[in-house]
Amino acid sequence: MSPPEGGVSPGGSGTTRRPRSTARDIERYAALFAERTKVMKSSAMRDLMALTERDDVISLAGGLPDTSTFPPDSYAALMRTVAVDSCARALQYGPTEGFALVKRCIAKVMQAEGMEIDCDELLVTTGGQQVIDLVCKTLIDPGDVVVAEAPTYPGAIPTFCAYQADVVQVTMDRDGMRIDELRDTLDELERSGRRPKFIYTVPNFHNPAGVTMSLERRWELVRIASERELIVLEDNPYGLLRYEGEPLPTLHSLDDEFVIYAGTFSKILSPGVRLGWAAAPGPILQKMQIGKQGSDLCSSSISQYFVSAYFDSGPWEDYVRSLVEIYRRRRDVMLDALAEHFPREAEWTHPEGGLFIWATMPPYLDTTDLLARTLEDHVAFVPGRAAYVDGRGGSSMRLNFSGVGEDEIREGIRRIGEVVRQQVAMYGTLTGAQPDAGIPRGGEDTWLESEPRAPDPELAKVLRLPAKRKRAG
Amino acid sequence: MSRVAVLKGGRSLERQVSLRSGARVQDALEHLGHDVHPIDVGPDLVAQLTADRPDVAFVALHGRDGEDGTVQELLEVMGIPYTGSGVSACIRAADKVLAKHAMRDHGIATPDFYAFNETAFKALGAAQALPAIEERLQFPIVVKPASQGSALGIKFARTPADVPAALVAAFSYDRKVMLERHVHGRELAVSILDRAGAPTTLPIVEAVPEQEDFYDFESRYEIGRTRFVCPADLDPPLAQRASQIALDTYRLLGCAGFARVDLMLERDTDALYVLETNTIPGLTETSLLPQAAEAAGISFDDLIGRILGAVESAGADSTG
Repeated sequence: MSPPEGGVSPGGSGTTRRPRSTARDIERYAALFAERTKVMKSSAMRDLMALTERDDVISLAGGLPDTSTFPPDSYAALMRTVAVDSCARALQYGPTEGFALVKRCIAKVMQAEGMEIDCDELLVTTGGQQVIDLVCKTLIDPGDVVVAEAPTYPGAIPTFCAYQADVVQVTMDRDGMRIDELRDTLDELERSGRRPKFIYTVPNFHNPAGVTMSLERRWELVRIASERELIVLEDNPYGLLRYEGEPLPTLHSLDDEFVIYAGTFSKILSPGVRLGWAAAPGPILQKMQIGKQGSDLCSSSISQYFVSAYFDSGPWEDYVRSLVEIYRRRRDVMLDALAEHFPREAEWTHPEGGLFIWATMPPYLDTTDLLARTLEDHVAFVPGRAAYVDGRGGSSMRLNFSGVGEDEIREGIRRIGEVVRQQVAMYGTLTGAQPDAGIPRGGEDTWLESEPRAPDPELAKVLRLPAKRKRAG
Repeated sequence: MSRVAVLKGGRSLERQVSLRSGARVQDALEHLGHDVHPIDVGPDLVAQLTADRPDVAFVALHGRDGEDGTVQELLEVMGIPYTGSGVSACIRAADKVLAKHAMRDHGIATPDFYAFNETAFKALGAAQALPAIEERLQFPIVVKPASQGSALGIKFARTPADVPAALVAAFSYDRKVMLERHVHGRELAVSILDRAGAPTTLPIVEAVPEQEDFYDFESRYEIGRTRFVCPADLDPPLAQRASQIALDTYRLLGCAGFARVDLMLERDTDALYVLETNTIPGLTETSLLPQAAEAAGISFDDLIGRILGAVESAGADSTG
């Protein structure tokens, strides 16, 4: 046991603080590390992303809702209610599956998205992220295949990797995951004797792509899942944040036999409460519950009482409506700024809701290097490669419009656009070509109309037919 | 006991590495009984140094500001002695192009190269010279920013079509970029430590990529992708030769205190080429210089003690 930090006097003799580990120590522990810890992102990339959190940087890199919009007085009143009415219970452990009072709130939220659910079909989790973790824990053996969209939610990748899943990514277009490609992928996997355990999708306002799966494809997807007896993990954090168009039915409302639904309070109330939920077929839910017991016994009782008090305090939809107004304006500001400041060679999506726009630069620009350059101008985004497991996405970027104000969005996009223009011009100078020669006019959504860029044939093989996981040497 | 300011962090792309290096240096200095004042280098650097009035500054700042002589210049102005190389050595080493010219002029082998700034391409039509450069260097060609310390921005161009995008990427990090002949062979790092006023080499570290022809520098240094062997398995005369070249480079650039010289041992010819010199190499758990010191029986605390001691023995004049 190390002595407490406070007991150490700087420079004092006789301090017993344990020295930091040496290279040899690292090597010694390295022999103990599990195989799954060896799947790690490049440290250069990690260090670069750490710089995006500097306070002098306009960060369009986060995925944060704007919690400054929640009234502090309401927060104080709710916490007081919890303290006065439920102090001992809020401070106590709760049931693994979650309190019934929160499940009733969840049922209301799901009802707002067209789903009728019984409370015993629900598992309260520590954020939506835990649903991804528990589904992997329940379904994935090392080397099993998970099918995800290309690009996919960057935060899901470490979870898939931690369970040593082989992730196969299926291209998207403006209507979401391409079902024809999904079918081909599943067929090829079957031919090689491999059946994926589940298909991971964010059908509404995709993170990071910003697109929404069409109704036709939703039907096709649940049909495929049912025919082939595959699970679809439907991750729907943003469904209620719609800024235009008509809501589409969730996959879970089309089929509840093969769809696991992941919901969260993070985007409609607060990510700080760390509360999400899963709705799943009974046998799977039971296994997930046992998995959760091993992970954290139960989600925070304080948070659950807080959420319950919030839903009791008035119409919960009001705050969501206020967020929709704020985020819609910010999205529009970002779209306008992109049109004004990005060069014609760039393309981007037009999200009908959610938090993200996916912008794609000409193929000769690498957005990781671009980020290093824009950090000089104090502005950041997420390089596209973070949303792929196979090295693709190098010329794309994820831009968040919910976390910062309108002026910062305008200025941030202006600065990125300026650098992109310079680099496009430099490429033109280097190749002796007109920068835009032969490249279709950019703007909203055209990236989806153009043919997908031909992947490296070797990479395509890997994509379609993932080899059994090699053991790291 | 000295009052030691540890300069770390900063605004460079190597901020995180520097914070880790700095934290370890602080620990070691505390073990050695010094009064330690950590400073995350930012706009208040001068104010902090003025307030802290340290006897000496330990520069654990990698990359821009720390390794290019900027912070050293400020410390000179303020009359605060500091660890490692002086202003001019930092400037020469941090700019790979300057360093390579110096080496070439003094007969130290370094891979052939051509370097240009943005203006050469924008205003002088340097792009038209690319075919001639490619002809001379032969593919694959390594394209890198002149002064970026980490692996970011370093690209392999395997065909002429790869070169423009690689140049654009390199220009993301620096206004000056370099095209360099790729030396196929083994990667060696020679660490140097001043002992009793004279630079001495430590056991050589070899970086062994786990995958052959693995051209992605950025993921090269992931755990498990590269194995580090120390001491490197080299014939003694070869190890001797590599050490001597590293020492010659260290002296040529005017380094002081400590440094790490990176070399390539060409597979087909056994020729040694110096790639670059790091005047403030990493001091984290997994960094190469501490590994080399450990292989020589020098603990981390001892290493830090010696680096600090070199300042005191050199007196106030630490300019290289």
